[in-house]
Amino acid sequence: MSNPKVMAYRRENGRVGIRNHVIILPLDDLSNSACEKVAFNTKGCKALPHAYGRLQFGEDLQLFFRTLIGTGANPNVAAVVVIGIEPEWTNIIVDGIAETGKPVTGFSIERHGEIKTVEMASWKAKEYMHWASERKREECDLSEIWVSTKCGESDTTSGLASNPTVGNVFDKLVDMGATCSFGETSEVTGGEMIVKERAATPEAAEQFMALFDRYAEMIDRNKTDDLSGSQPTKGNIAGGLTTIEEKAFGNLQKIGKKCKYVGALDKAVAPTGPGLWYMDSSSAAAEAVTLWAAAGFVAHLFPTGQGNIIGNPIEPVIKLTANPRTAGDMSEHIDYDCSAILRGEMTLDESGDNLLNMLVRTCEGRLTAQEVLGHEEFVLTKLYESA
Amino acid sequence: MIQFLVHEKADNIGVATVDIKTGETAQGLYMDSQESVEMKTLHDIPLGHKIALTDIAVDASVIKYGADIGRVVAEIKAGEHVHTQNLKTRRW
Repeated sequence: MSNPKVMAYRRENGRVGIRNHVIILPLDDLSNSACEKVAFNTKGCKALPHAYGRLQFGEDLQLFFRTLIGTGANPNVAAVVVIGIEPEWTNIIVDGIAETGKPVTGFSIERHGEIKTVEMASWKAKEYMHWASERKREECDLSEIWVSTKCGESDTTSGLASNPTVGNVFDKLVDMGATCSFGETSEVTGGEMIVKERAATPEAAEQFMALFDRYAEMIDRNKTDDLSGSQPTKGNIAGGLTTIEEKAFGNLQKIGKKCKYVGALDKAVAPTGPGLWYMDSSSAAAEAVTLWAAAGFVAHLFPTGQGNIIGNPIEPVIKLTANPRTAGDMSEHIDYDCSAILRGEMTLDESGDNLLNMLVRTCEGRLTAQEVLGHEEFVLTKLYESA
Repeated sequence: MIQFLVHEKADNIGVATVDIKTGETAQGLYMDSQESVEMKTLHDIPLGHKIALTDIAVDASVIKYGADIGRVVAEIKAGEHVHTQNLKTRRW
């Protein structure tokens, strides 16, 4: 059977996007104001304000550059205006994004002042909006859509139905030759040997263990008490989870029954080929999805139990729940309700097909609940304090 | 009405999808084969908690998702509530 096709945007570097954003990207906290003014002047483009970009150094600076460049390079973005206080770091971001071949221009505020910079950048943003508005969707293979997943506000309905629904979709996508990713290093604590065993190769297993050990050392350095006995949490136990193995297996239902990861990536690093990839990431939803967007992922599957409302400005977040209460009293946040599984009225395979259908519709332009509600959490991961 | 689900045929526990009372003959469903299963409960099983489908001896494994989720530390009878009183992690 041939793969489903979707109408999507093929970018200059061959990658496929499902949105057509023109973004106004601040290099640093000082330039947020200018970016928001440009986005006000130029309807349809989007400013991505954030809190950092000054006096970072070392590995933290490299992650910062990688995240901003990756965000601009994401195929859901048609064109980018970068504004920074000074030209040197601004140009690093511009040059990094320009490697994709997409239109990108940088402006720096020093020697111009904000008002003049806003004027110049607004002219460029207007030009980009006209250009982007004439990009056409074309037929692409569903396997060209890079899909990430993490869950949030999980409860027992997550392990029973919503996580396995995502897993069913991941098994199907990886079979099609797609590029998929999961992570949440903190959530696999205690079950890390289980994740290690899902590696496709010994090298992938070693890459994962190196990232896990680095995470465990970071926790050890900063912990205020012994965390080894804290999993599962009191809330998990009250909900019926007994052991850390059980919790980790429930979380890992998101990667299906068959697919194995071909490699483990550092934060915001793009995969180098198709298949399932582990990416080191926090379990904080907004930070993690921002990292996946920066790694080049264009759609995110987000199972939730009690109802996490997270969104992202450039990578649409498709939310599903199997908790009938959440599907009822938080329905404005939910794109797909799979609670029928709990009533024995729908199989996992049928639910996977329904979610795959929602992914296809989202690829072709259906706005997610998060997009319509304006949830645009752009949250950079900071490794340590600035100089 | 379905009262508990079993992930896989190999599992020796099910998960309650509603609160189940002691002494009920609860109706369950295998998620992989869609086969029905019944189990007379020996304890209350709250929503989200586990019910034993077979007797399980001390030191044997509780199987969920087709995988070993821990070691039995107190003998379990079919229909009992499986939780921290009779199941422990193999990690610590």
